[in-house]
Amino acid sequence: MNKNIKKSFLLASTLLLLLGCTTDEKQTVTTMEQLVWQDEFNVDGAPDNTLWSYDIGTGNNGWGNNELQYYTSRPENIVVENGMLKITAKRELYLGSGYTSAKIVTKGIFEKKYGRFEARIKLPWGKGLWPAFWMLGSNIDQVSWPQCGEIDIMEYLGNRPTSIFGTVHGPGYSGGASISKTYTLPNNRFDNDFHVFGIEWGENYINYYVDDVLYNQITPDDVPGDWVFNDSFYMILNMAVGGNLPGSPNSDTVFPQEMLVDYVRVYQ
Amino acid sequence: MKMKNKKFNYLRNAFLLGLVVITNLNCEREMSDDAKLATFSKNGEIFTDNFIGLGSDFYFPYGDSKFTAFSVDDNEAYLGNASIRIDVPNANDPLGSYAGGIFRIDGAGRDLTDFDALTFWAKSSQGVTVGEFGFGEDFYPNEFMVTMKDVSVGTQWTKYIIPIPDASKLLRERGMFRFAAGTNGTNGFGYTLWIDELRFEKLGTIAHGQASIENGNNVSETTFVGVNSKVEGVIATFNLPTGINQSITISPSYMNFTSSNPSVASVDAAGAITSLSAGTSAITATFGGQPATGSLTINCQGIFVAAPIPTRPQSNVISIFSDRYANVPVNYYNGYWAPWQTTLSNDFSVNGDNILNYTVFNFVGIEFSSPTINATGMTHVHLDAFIPGPIAPGRQLRVILIDFGADGAYGGGDDTRHSTTFTASTSTPVVSQSWISINIPFSAMPGLVSRSHLAQLILEGGDSSVIYVDNIYFYN
Repeated sequence: MNKNIKKSFLLASTLLLLLGCTTDEKQTVTTMEQLVWQDEFNVDGAPDNTLWSYDIGTGNNGWGNNELQYYTSRPENIVVENGMLKITAKRELYLGSGYTSAKIVTKGIFEKKYGRFEARIKLPWGKGLWPAFWMLGSNIDQVSWPQCGEIDIMEYLGNRPTSIFGTVHGPGYSGGASISKTYTLPNNRFDNDFHVFGIEWGENYINYYVDDVLYNQITPDDVPGDWVFNDSFYMILNMAVGGNLPGSPNSDTVFPQEMLVDYVRVYQ
Repeated sequence: MKMKNKKFNYLRNAFLLGLVVITNLNCEREMSDDAKLATFSKNGEIFTDNFIGLGSDFYFPYGDSKFTAFSVDDNEAYLGNASIRIDVPNANDPLGSYAGGIFRIDGAGRDLTDFDALTFWAKSSQGVTVGEFGFGEDFYPNEFMVTMKDVSVGTQWTKYIIPIPDASKLLRERGMFRFAAGTNGTNGFGYTLWIDELRFEKLGTIAHGQASIENGNNVSETTFVGVNSKVEGVIATFNLPTGINQSITISPSYMNFTSSNPSVASVDAAGAITSLSAGTSAITATFGGQPATGSLTINCQGIFVAAPIPTRPQSNVISIFSDRYANVPVNYYNGYWAPWQTTLSNDFSVNGDNILNYTVFNFVGIEFSSPTINATGMTHVHLDAFIPGPIAPGRQLRVILIDFGADGAYGGGDDTRHSTTFTASTSTPVVSQSWISINIPFSAMPGLVSRSHLAQLILEGGDSSVIYVDNIYFYN
């Protein structure tokens, strides 16, 4: 089928779905079914180093966000067991930080332009916890952020346990001006059970979904700047503690907190 | 062919007729699989624009509150056109200084097992902190009461969520709502509360419930056989969809209790403990299958030996503390005199015999100055003391009587006192594990210049352990 027609058809059908969506109608949430990359986290121990590498430490000013955690590669903070990846945020003094956690990336290992990027995750709870499943442009070292682009497939704040949000950051629309949409579970929470978070990303569109609900589509018309998402990106899984967006943990926040990832799968 | 058909039809009709007859004869109704056993109403609605299914006699204010504080307001609503209105009175309102009461179903209770929270919208005429909102109070037995305390209510409609600790226990609940609101935080000035859309809901967004007994502390209590104790300080905390951890005070009946040593102490489903024999037992609890923090350790000392029962006739006695006599007015049995006093009170009763139990005893004051006591017609002071623990060498027990003098008040230059010391070698010796019956004649207390305005009795010489006291009286 002609690429343009296929793309238009996909766009049109997606738009129709978004416009005409009621809970009775069966949504077609995902269309890309050819699996090209996966981690089922079935081998106990450290995360597979042929798939992931670690970001360690506090970055610049708490990774640019005044986050409070020190990312480590220790099993206390990141380990694969029982068929899942477990990232643990701990409240402990460590090399000058008050919290530890973990962050793994596929930078330089697996980078892809377009596709369906999906993870099944059970999230933590409590003020100050800030887990995410997201992507950064492969050219970040050359053009830096936000020019490289950022796609946040799932971001979550521990003191808003019924909501997640999906976002893009780019030149002219980054940080507080990013383009984002929140999805709220009607009668459940994200720390109660596993949920599926994903995007289907193609030329000039990114569709966001949670479980069987397509909740947003972002296209070049939605961003007040260059559309920088027609290049390759890499994936990131992490759990931050504190920072400009979530605020610091308070006396109600229980530590340690866990982010459990059942799988990460990439389709096209 | 035709004939065959006819015959066939005839047979078929007969067969059908036969079936009908048989069915009608065998018309015994069996319980259909769809039939439900009669249960209590599962309706969660309490108030939307009017009260729903509560019956006619459902409002019961607390006895010392202002009864008329509650009404329905047709001019205010979050949704619809009416709301519950509570006019919290000024503190000096002769009809009642606060608003409080319950809504109780006039009829059979409701099955609330499908819900996970009581919710409502509320606002106030000014920013206030409301003392208590809750449910499960039904006068009585208040078996499954829940209270959210110190609730901040502002001037804009806001939704409030009170988690149900364990809905599986609420099979027939009559106590739909309870409230108490006063003016402690508003300098005695009243205000108005409005409540709307009051209902039980299944939110699905409440999680991470955990509970404590004894406010999460490990406490212990010394008892005797037959003494009843109660688990207290039962609190549960849930994480709400707003991200807030909400703590609620709950009835002990939501918990499952265990006595580590059931022959020493028993505990029932409502947290009522009975001491059965000498020994130690730890009372702990689980909540929703998880251990609750906190514990109550019962140290049962065995059979309580009562102090010797006084034999003097009432007419010869002025009694301060005794079950045998009428007691005169006493200001307090423990003055908690800061900063040096460590003595605490944990008074108990065994088979109706009330005992003063001083713990962490260094000294303690008993005051009877309103009015003072005129003991000029009396010749002695008596008291019984029991020291369960060991007596160290040199241990003293000192009994001090104080007279406030002609002005009948502390100080003023006319107070007099006398201290009498008892040791292991005095004629009334200080001993362990046996009642010490002390009788001091006033003639042996020359420091007490007068005894017409006796006001205080002080015990000194404690070693930070326990002393029981009973039968304090003047006699002749």
